[in-house]
Order: sequence, then structure tokens, then C-alpha cells
Amino acid sequence: MTEPLLSVENLRTWFHTGDAVAKAVDGVSFSIGSGETLGIVGESGCGKSVTALSILRLVQQPGRIESGSRIMFEGKDLVTLDDAAMRDIRGNRISMIFQEPMSALNPVFTVGDQVAEVARIHGHGSRRDAWNRAVEMLSLTGIPAPEERAKEYPHQLSGGMRQRVLIAMALIMNPALVIADEPTTALDVTIQAQILELLVDLQKRFGTSILMITHDLGVIAETASRVVVMYCGEVVEEAEVDTLFAAAHHPYTEGLMHAMPQLSEPRARLNVIPGSVPAPTDWPSGCRFRDRCPYSWERCEREHPPLYEISPTHTSRCHLAVEPEHRANPHPPLVEQLGVSV
Amino acid sequence: MKADITPAVGKLRVFRRLMSRRSAVAAMLVLALVVIPCAAAPLFARYDPSAQPDIIALRSQPPSFAHPFGTDPFSRDVLSRVLYGGRVSLAVALIATLVSITFGTAYGAVAGFAGGAVESEMMRLLDALLSIPRLLLLIAVFAAWRQLPLPAFVLIVGFTGWYGLSRVVRGQVLALKGQDFVASARALGAGRARILMNHILPNVLTPVIVAAALGVGHVILLEAGLSYLGVGVQQPQPSWGNIIQDGSDQIARLWWISFFPGVAIVVTVMAFNILGDELREALEPRQTGAG
Repeated sequence: MTEPLLSVENLRTWFHTGDAVAKAVDGVSFSIGSGETLGIVGESGCGKSVTALSILRLVQQPGRIESGSRIMFEGKDLVTLDDAAMRDIRGNRISMIFQEPMSALNPVFTVGDQVAEVARIHGHGSRRDAWNRAVEMLSLTGIPAPEERAKEYPHQLSGGMRQRVLIAMALIMNPALVIADEPTTALDVTIQAQILELLVDLQKRFGTSILMITHDLGVIAETASRVVVMYCGEVVEEAEVDTLFAAAHHPYTEGLMHAMPQLSEPRARLNVIPGSVPAPTDWPSGCRFRDRCPYSWERCEREHPPLYEISPTHTSRCHLAVEPEHRANPHPPLVEQLGVSV
Repeated sequence: MKADITPAVGKLRVFRRLMSRRSAVAAMLVLALVVIPCAAAPLFARYDPSAQPDIIALRSQPPSFAHPFGTDPFSRDVLSRVLYGGRVSLAVALIATLVSITFGTAYGAVAGFAGGAVESEMMRLLDALLSIPRLLLLIAVFAAWRQLPLPAFVLIVGFTGWYGLSRVVRGQVLALKGQDFVASARALGAGRARILMNHILPNVLTPVIVAAALGVGHVILLEAGLSYLGVGVQQPQPSWGNIIQDGSDQIARLWWISFFPGVAIVVTVMAFNILGDELREALEPRQTGAG
């Protein structure tokens, strides 16, 4: 791969509240190539959404992208770009699809107007041109009878249709990168599959790169080629999608895989990772996963693990990379020993 | 900043919903019956409101065919005075309300949208203004400035009537600011002005429209009260308030002088209040919409 389209380097987005500092994103690096789909997975509170918002510089006060962070996109550092130039990038070169199709559309305007507005913000075409483009875009997203649908209000459309409208809004300017933040979480399972298929289709057609943010490994398996696993504001593992599913290295990723319901094995109870994500104002010292990890040993408490290279395309933030023998004797995680309810 | 999206509170739908409600239709009919003759007073009134045709023979006549609302002690036709007075009262109410609605919406929207120090300063100022009793302030201003020109009267009433609405608008803007569609608009490149004008303001239209309808009724009452106290619209220009005042010293004998403008006020204010409530009903369903 040549020069990546987007490369995030040591991104730190901290929230300064009173005397505490919530380090929601704490030194994240990854890159996306042209036309590639990169998945970011992790449970709630791991910093994946803040990462997405940071790329578009939409983090609200008291959140701040700390100095030393770099977000290189098409030769520009988005962290230091001025506001006007940033607005020019949003929706035009990088756009975002939101999670809730119910609330991400303005209730008082027709959906056609809302799609056309994006074209009008960035283009200089006439109102009619923008409208025609919007209708064309709506038809590309598989909305039947787009001319009529464009004149309807959001509440007149179903959830799946609304998500298609949001996709049309995100893609109308043919951006280089689309950030999809849990794009299917709010939808029925059958609709989810259709929407993912549509995204992949449109990606092929336009050559768009997608940053797919989700907690759903199924979505990752269907869309992404590479995956970044985040935990406690850090990247804990990065690998090709097949590698990750076949040979996850980090115990957290392993836990995520285990937590997926398996159709092949009938089981009454779902596997879970014990405990929950620690508070971002107070990440544990050493390895941030050690309290919940079945393999943790003394080194995990003493030393914050770096990202070890497992193979040229696979990294993992776990000391098991250099001391694999500890994987042999799992023990109940610390949080269970302490009797913390799960 | 041009609003380049058709604001679509679904004007037609709201109107249709309004027309399907009996009391809304009744209120609008009553308003039409009052507003049209008053607005076109020169066409409907048979006499000059300040003419005193025969101060001996025609003074203090009870209602009759020639003078349906009777005449006052100066032989002036009360119906003509009520029509011309209504024109003044309604114009004062409409324009003053327009002033307070516009200013209140702008103030509340800016405060809510700006947030931070700007917002808290603006809200402190509002708290200070709210603590001044409006009626006393108006009486003081008018007492100090006897020959107040009508436009000044309207502006003063308008600029003392926006506090409540601006609080409501600020609250709404605050809630809307956190909505996903605002975040989405920002993520797709919309600037602050566009977000405020195109995405937030159209969504606060409902309380503003309702406040406007209720506000007109309120200002009619206020004007009547002030004119009755002699500090509002000044004689010889008639207004509903000062016609009532004309008849007040002989109310037992010459009841018709105060009675008819009084009825006009009650009916009009009630109609505006009902219309306000009905508008609220008609505008709200879109908020919940269909799941």
C-alpha cells in the first residue's frame, strides 16, 4: 500500500472536567488506505466514538485533542486545520453516518431537502441541481420512487429508509472517507444486512474508504478488511479480519470472540468478560485489562505493555507476545476473585 | 444568511388539522368578524368617531337602529368609536406582539446557542428585567411622558413583553443543540449560522407561534387596562380601553358606552386564547410523528 488516505498518529482526546481528566482516547494510532474498510471494535466507553468525532474535530467541550496528536488526511493535519477549512472537509471529503436514523434527521424538513442541503453547503450549483442530485443519490441508495420519497418528512419513512437517507447525505459529495458510527445498531437484523450490503456496494462503486465503528463483530466480519480493537482508550490489537477471527492474540479480543453467541454449540448461557471498563479518569497502571484478564501475572501490573508485533500485519498490546507460556495456566480474573458482580 | 430550505412545518397539514377542530374554526370566525370591520373601519362605520353631530339632541342615546351601540354624552356614535378604537387596539396588540416575539426569539436563540459565559450573562440580565413589574414600569413611563406618540407606546409595550418567550426559546434551543440531527449537520459541514437558522430555529416555531397568538390577547388586555387608567392611547383617538373609561363614570345610566367595547375585548381576547391553544394542539403531533 502506498501513502494511506488517513493516518491517525498518537491521538489523545482528553476531557477536562473539574480536577479530573478523562482520557477517553489515549494514544491511538491507525491508518486507512484508499478504498479500504477499517473496523474499530470495542465495548461502550472504550473510546471508539470519541476517536471518530476527533477525526472530524467534533469533540465538544470540555473534550480536547491534546497536542502531539496528528490526524493526517490528504496531506493536511486535521488537528491544526482552521475551522473554515475543517468545515470544508466535513461532508465533502470526510462524512459521517450516525447511529440513530430516528434522530439524525431534522423533523421539520423533507428528506430531499436535507440531502440537497449537503450539496448546497459544498457545491455552488443551483437549488434545482442540488435537488436533482439528491433524488439521484436517494435512488442509488435503493429508495423506491425517490422523487416522491424526497418530498416526505422523516417521520413518514421507516427506520431502514431513514438510514438510507443518511447514507445518501453522507455520500452525495463523493467523500474519500465515510465514518460509520454503529450504522446498523438501531435497525432490525434483516434491515441491518441490507444496509451493510448497500454500504459495501456503494463503496465499490465510488471507491470510498470506510471507518466502521461498531461493537458488533458480525458487522466487522461482513464489511471490514482490517480491524482495530480498542480498550480503555487504546488500541489493544490490530490485524487483518481473517487473522483476528482465526487467531486473536490479545485476551480482550479473545474474550470478545467468546462472547459471541455460537450457533454450532448449543449453550444455555452466553460467555461474558467479567467486570466492566474502568473509569476513564482512572485507568489502571500497567496493563489496563489486567483486572479482567484470566492470564495476568506480575509483569502486567508493573509494566504497561507496548504494541508488540505478532506478524507484519498483526500487533497486540499484551505481554503474552513475549512470554507466551503464561497462556497455559488461566486463572479466574481478579475482578471475580474480589467478588465484583459481573 | 438566506434560509434556502423551504421551512416545512407542513403549513398545509397544520392548517387542515386546525380546520378540523370546531373551536379553532369558531375562534377564527369570531376573529374575522371582529378584525375585518375594525381593520376596515372607514368602510363599516357610519359616522366619524370624533364627530359631535348634535350635542343637545343626540347626546347619551341608548342603542337604536340609527346608533346600534348608542351615543355618548358628546353625541358621538359608540359603534363607530368601537370600530375605530378596535383598529387602534388590534394594531397596537399585533405590532407590539410582533416586536416582542421577534426580539424574544432572537434573544433566547442566541443565548441558548452561544452557551457558556455569553448565555449566563444574558440570562442574568433577563432575570433582572423579569424582576421589574411590567405594569408599574409602563405606568411610570407613561406618567412621565404624557403625550406619548402611539408608535413609542407600541414599542415600549413590545420591548417589555418578550422575557417569558425568550426563556422558552432558550430552553428549546438548548435541547435541540444536543440533538443528533444537529450533530449530523455539523458533521456534514454546516456552519454555526446555518445550523441555527436552518436546523434549530424552524424547530422552535411551535412555541413561538403559540406565544404569538396568546400574546396578542394579552396585549389587548394590557392596552385596555393602561388606556382605562389614562396612560395608554390618548384621547381623542379612541381605543377599546379609553372608550370604556369614557363610560365608566356613568356606567349605571349610560351602560352601553362601556358595555360594547368591553364585549369586544372579551370576545377578541378569548378568541385569541382559544386559537393559541388550538394552534398548540395542531402543531404538536408532528413532534411525536409516526414511529
